[in-house]
Amino acid sequence: MEAVLDSTIVLFLAQDGVTNGAVYALLALSLVLVFTITRVIFIPQGEFVAYGALTLAAFERGVIPPTALLAVGLGVAALLDDLIRDPAARRPARLVRGAAVSIGAPLAVLAAAAVAAPRHWGPAVEVPLTLAAVALLGPSLYRLVYRPLAEASVLVLLIASVGVHLALVGLGLLFFGAEGFRTAPLSTATYDIGPAMVTGQSLWVLGVTAALIVALWAFFGHTLTGKALQATAVNRLGARLVGIPTASAGQIAFTMAAFIGALSGVLIAPVTTVFYDTGFLTGLKGFVAAIIGGLVSFPLGAAAAVLVGLVEAFASFWASSFKEVIVFTIIIPVLLWRSIRTVHVEDEE
Amino acid sequence: MSGPLFELDRVSVSYGRIEAVRQVSLSIQPGQIVTVVGANGAGKTTLLNAAMGILPSTGSIRFQGRAVNSLSIEERVTAGIALVAEKRELFATMAVEDNLRLGAYTRPRGERTADALEEVYTLFPRLKERRKQAAGTMSGGERQMLAMGRALMAKPRVLMLDEPSLGLAPRIVKEILELVSDLRRTGVGILLVEQNARAALRIADYGYVMETGTVTLEGPATTLAADPRVIESYLGLSGQAA
Repeated sequence: MEAVLDSTIVLFLAQDGVTNGAVYALLALSLVLVFTITRVIFIPQGEFVAYGALTLAAFERGVIPPTALLAVGLGVAALLDDLIRDPAARRPARLVRGAAVSIGAPLAVLAAAAVAAPRHWGPAVEVPLTLAAVALLGPSLYRLVYRPLAEASVLVLLIASVGVHLALVGLGLLFFGAEGFRTAPLSTATYDIGPAMVTGQSLWVLGVTAALIVALWAFFGHTLTGKALQATAVNRLGARLVGIPTASAGQIAFTMAAFIGALSGVLIAPVTTVFYDTGFLTGLKGFVAAIIGGLVSFPLGAAAAVLVGLVEAFASFWASSFKEVIVFTIIIPVLLWRSIRTVHVEDEE
Repeated sequence: MSGPLFELDRVSVSYGRIEAVRQVSLSIQPGQIVTVVGANGAGKTTLLNAAMGILPSTGSIRFQGRAVNSLSIEERVTAGIALVAEKRELFATMAVEDNLRLGAYTRPRGERTADALEEVYTLFPRLKERRKQAAGTMSGGERQMLAMGRALMAKPRVLMLDEPSLGLAPRIVKEILELVSDLRRTGVGILLVEQNARAALRIADYGYVMETGTVTLEGPATTLAADPRVIESYLGLSGQAA
């Protein structure tokens, strides 16, 4: 039976596609961010999305999210790792500061979560706590897994990422169970714009994505810290020679990636049922977009993400059982085209 | 000033079992240009990388009387030591002015970068003309100027230059070395590593000759330039072209 596409359905699918595309754009941006600064192809980005959604769902059920506990655990491990590796970290001043950042911050979030969880204070409290708990996983993961491998090849880093992905999915199952969750929408309003009916939730997603893109653009283009991160990506030794602490560049990149991942999770949780392993497929769609942008271009990656969202929406209308296949097939012509016309750019001498 | 500004004392660097630098000692006073000359592979670059903390070394490295051996690269930059590496290590895709601004990364945040930037532009007017251009699109000489300018933005007390003449046309080499010679007036101590011994000894106050990882000769630059052994190996027609 042929499905008939009329203008109402087109508008509905387009809205759906653009909204999902905006979330993929956030993921693509994080992947590009992490890759350009650390050369890590960050497969577990999707897990941050699932953790974000499920952490918020835990708050809604009045449960202390295990994510906050994990953040404390990883913080302790990262600090111990520092103490073992680096004698300078054992100096009292450094130790106090290290403990405050690695353990103090996640403990504070855990304490706040324990207070907030049973009281149902609503999204204004629960969303920031969710974002904080997940964002704190980023720097600890970087320090534990990727910093010791900082000089390793992209392939080794990729394999490490696969390991982190499997570990986080396993922990996700342990923490949240096999059941899927959906959270209350941030907005239940609907607006009639011409012939289209736009939901408040879509506007939230688009608004947050747009705001984040502008914030990232301003940060990288107009602040010294942003430029220092960019410089670390362009030339690591050069960055060290001007005194940029490149190890903290990696930590900042991972914190931002975890934060953006959690934010994506919070945004999709009201529209999709999220399971402990949902993140992987969502992350891969962001990855398709990032690849179209060559893993280095923020604007291309973001634009490609919207395209991925639209293709997915229309594919699910015409051939819903093949929608994932169709989305991932986009990557083939892109890779062919890239491999044919790749220009080898010599950066130095 | 009591004691030297920057001092290497019996510094050795090994790559696995191979000792690339053996027991090298040298010292620099403020406002002095000290050069290390020697053939390709003599260990000159290795020595500078060890002094900067890029490579681990044994022996002692002192800056203003304080041992800096245990400091990281970033901490040495903050202390006032800068290296212009042989490969320049610029941020190729970023604008010239961004490269310079990042050079001042270790300076206190409140300080006005604009003044330091003006000083560098006065030294290298060519950089001002190209300040919006991507660093990677400039000529070899301009890139060397940018690398030096970027290092000066950190207001170093010791500036180490690794082969600033490498790959440049003789006219540009002359221009760059004149600029290095002028920097002396700012009181910065300069450690200049060069294969182009003739040019380096012409502007330097004191020189060391390195061969296969050790210092074989040292003395005031004019004495070295007149030494028959130096003339034969490094300045003669059979040696490096000037």
